[in-house]
Amino acid sequence: MPNLESNFAGIKSPNPFWLASAPPTNTGYQVMNAFKAGWGGAVWKTLGQPIVNVSSRYGALSYKSTRMMGLNNIELITDRSLEVNLKEMKEVKEKFPNHALIASMMFEKKEEWHDCIKRCEDIGVDGFELNYGCPHGMCERGMGSAVGQNPDVCEKITSWVTEKATKPVIVKLTPNISDITKPALAAQRGGANAVSLINTINSVTGINLDTMDPNPTVSGLSTHGGYCGPAVKPIALNMVSELTNHPDFKLPISGIGGVETWQDAVEFFLMGASTVQVCTAVMHYGFRIVTDLIEGTSGYLDSHKMHSVGELCGITAKKLKKWEELDLNYKVIAHIDPEKCIGCQLCYIACEDGAHQSISVIPGQRVPMIKEDHCVGCNLCSLVCPVDTCISMVKIETGKSKITWKDHPANPLAKVKAF
Amino acid sequence: MTKTVEKTDALDLERKFSKIKPLLKSYEASVEASRCLFCYDAPCINACPTSIDIPMFIRQIMSRNVEGSAKTIFTQNILGKSCGQVCPTEVLCEGACVYNAMNEKPIEIGRLQAFATDYAIKKNIRFFSKGKKTDKKIAVIGGGPGGLACAHELTRLGHEVTVFESAPNAGGLNTYGVAPYKYSNKESQEEINYISQIGFEIKTNHKIDSKSLSELEKKYDAIFLSIGLGKSNKLNIPGENLKGVYGASEFIHELREKEQKITVGKNIIVIGAGNTAIDATVETSKLGANVTVVYRRTEKEQRAYYFEVDLAKVHSARFMYLTTPIEILGKEKVEGLKCIKNNLKFEPIKGSEFVIPCDMIISAVGQEKMVDFYKNISGLKIDSGKVIVNKDFQTSNLKYFAGGDCVNGGKEVVNAVSHGRDAARGIDRFLMEKVSS
Repeated sequence: MPNLESNFAGIKSPNPFWLASAPPTNTGYQVMNAFKAGWGGAVWKTLGQPIVNVSSRYGALSYKSTRMMGLNNIELITDRSLEVNLKEMKEVKEKFPNHALIASMMFEKKEEWHDCIKRCEDIGVDGFELNYGCPHGMCERGMGSAVGQNPDVCEKITSWVTEKATKPVIVKLTPNISDITKPALAAQRGGANAVSLINTINSVTGINLDTMDPNPTVSGLSTHGGYCGPAVKPIALNMVSELTNHPDFKLPISGIGGVETWQDAVEFFLMGASTVQVCTAVMHYGFRIVTDLIEGTSGYLDSHKMHSVGELCGITAKKLKKWEELDLNYKVIAHIDPEKCIGCQLCYIACEDGAHQSISVIPGQRVPMIKEDHCVGCNLCSLVCPVDTCISMVKIETGKSKITWKDHPANPLAKVKAF
Repeated sequence: MTKTVEKTDALDLERKFSKIKPLLKSYEASVEASRCLFCYDAPCINACPTSIDIPMFIRQIMSRNVEGSAKTIFTQNILGKSCGQVCPTEVLCEGACVYNAMNEKPIEIGRLQAFATDYAIKKNIRFFSKGKKTDKKIAVIGGGPGGLACAHELTRLGHEVTVFESAPNAGGLNTYGVAPYKYSNKESQEEINYISQIGFEIKTNHKIDSKSLSELEKKYDAIFLSIGLGKSNKLNIPGENLKGVYGASEFIHELREKEQKITVGKNIIVIGAGNTAIDATVETSKLGANVTVVYRRTEKEQRAYYFEVDLAKVHSARFMYLTTPIEILGKEKVEGLKCIKNNLKFEPIKGSEFVIPCDMIISAVGQEKMVDFYKNISGLKIDSGKVIVNKDFQTSNLKYFAGGDCVNGGKEVVNAVSHGRDAARGIDRFLMEKVSS
């Protein structure tokens, strides 16, 4: 059995599966239930100055009959008093001393940050997460993503925290920015011990076509919300890898964004995260999903003869290169297994109308034919095919050696001519 | 333990004869619709005799455009609602669904089709109107699915159409033939009203004989024959005239007419193993009878669809294969059926005669062709009782067109609809080309 115990920037937890700062970590009741279910840590719902939440807070993107592919919210930070939160956090820490309890915070003034840090440390939290990511509401007041989007402010506020805190400090980054490495490096300069990403993405999930009101509607109006859930995972994976691959960035990463199954978690580890945080999947299915995260990750490590999550960390991130470093002589073409083909011809029409006209259909025959001399190997047919492993992309030996764009004869700026 | 079936109360009947494929709820329909792969050149379309654009109408249900979905269906098949419910979809569209090749449940195309068309009929959303007047008059003989489809299409094309129906209600098989747990009298009537409001007349209780036929010939520019089939075939064995011996189509006709409020025997023998035989088996089982199906060949040769046979077995029907009836026994009323066993070459085995006691026999060994009626039409060519038509469904007597069971010898409702629709276009070409030349 691999050891799933985690030490993330000095924060210890029984496993690397944490609850993200969000509705599931609103109360001590919830967090204790989560720890009982098997979660390794929890980032408490963000503490801050008093706010009031709207009723009607969440909107979702559903695809066909799949519910909540993406979820957005216009909920703000905790709407309960600091005293109540601290009292419940203390109870949690007393009952679950070995689980990670992290206080998420969001304030305006240095004194407010310092005051909250002290009070949290007094009740025994294991670390802090600075919410620089919330893309709605709080940013209008100069907090949340307003901080995360400005590296100078990010660095300054981080330094306010790190000068006071004795426990590890994680900076939570907003994805609503063109270069994620900028605020991450600013957090590093400000003395942060780790980063977590991604926070939610600016979004409007949809419109009620009967009333033409945006979702989620608050008396006919709405505001852009923070988007999360399975649909955002690809964006999060890319951003995590960008940090992992940045030569100057050295901090550990807690991966967030669409984690639901153990496969999602392993993908984040392979991109360089050493813990993951989960919210939407718990909002959809409850705390019990952690069983699959634990069992699945353990099984995966076993099958790869690995002993800890740390061994996975960043393996795949290293395989992400600039486009110009890819081999232009690598060639695959599609192959249809006629035994598995069910004859839906989706590959045909996708290729014909949407790609490279490299598949033909023969009248009276349901299994399409690949025009092998025409196929560019784009993968589209294998992606639309509803049958697992029916269309495979087969590597073709071209006999040509690797050539990248840097060296390609078609590149006017190529330094070396290939021939 | 058996007991004589008394008049079962209405509620009990309703429960017993409730839909085997109930109408989908809106949510169920969108879940099912979202499973559709939206195949290119979809096999289900090719499997549908009326070539409904099935992936498109399912996609429209998925996008909650149910009205548009109904339009897609009705454009190809104006009887889309009954077809969705009475078609043997298992061997047509759903049988062709690519999911079968994946060992996954095929899309419930029939139920989705019923869902969309029911929506339009209940709300009386009309998609078609009477075409520009042509001054051509067409008589349709037979108000079954083929006749109705033909009349509707002809009216769209601007012709004036009158449908002559011998029964008290139109609808043909939908009203008097198919099993009531597939399609009810009420639904059939609603569908007829929905279709006919485009503007053609249906004259019910209007049987056409040789005299009225010659009048029609004078009055109308063309005549469409959709007269279906006749009485149940005789068994041609002794005792056939005893009380308690019924032809299957007559029995089902009465059952449908009286909305199942009939009394049947307690031990019934159904002779034959086609779909009509199985319908009669299930219907009488639902009314409380012990039913035995007697068939001279084996399970392999029986013409009923496997899913219909399964349904009969669910209703505890007993099947006796390789058994030929040779005599119906009884004084005034039927008391038993004398049979003989056959070998695997379907030849009788000497000395294997035996008697099955019973108090009712339903003979389901096919229906007669309407050959006597055809004698009234001069120059009408028929082959084995089936009217011969060209690709425009025109007969050898150019004034007459024909479609449905009288042409194909007895197939599904959807085949008749396809014939009726295409015959209407043939009639239109025939009459309008004459005008333009």
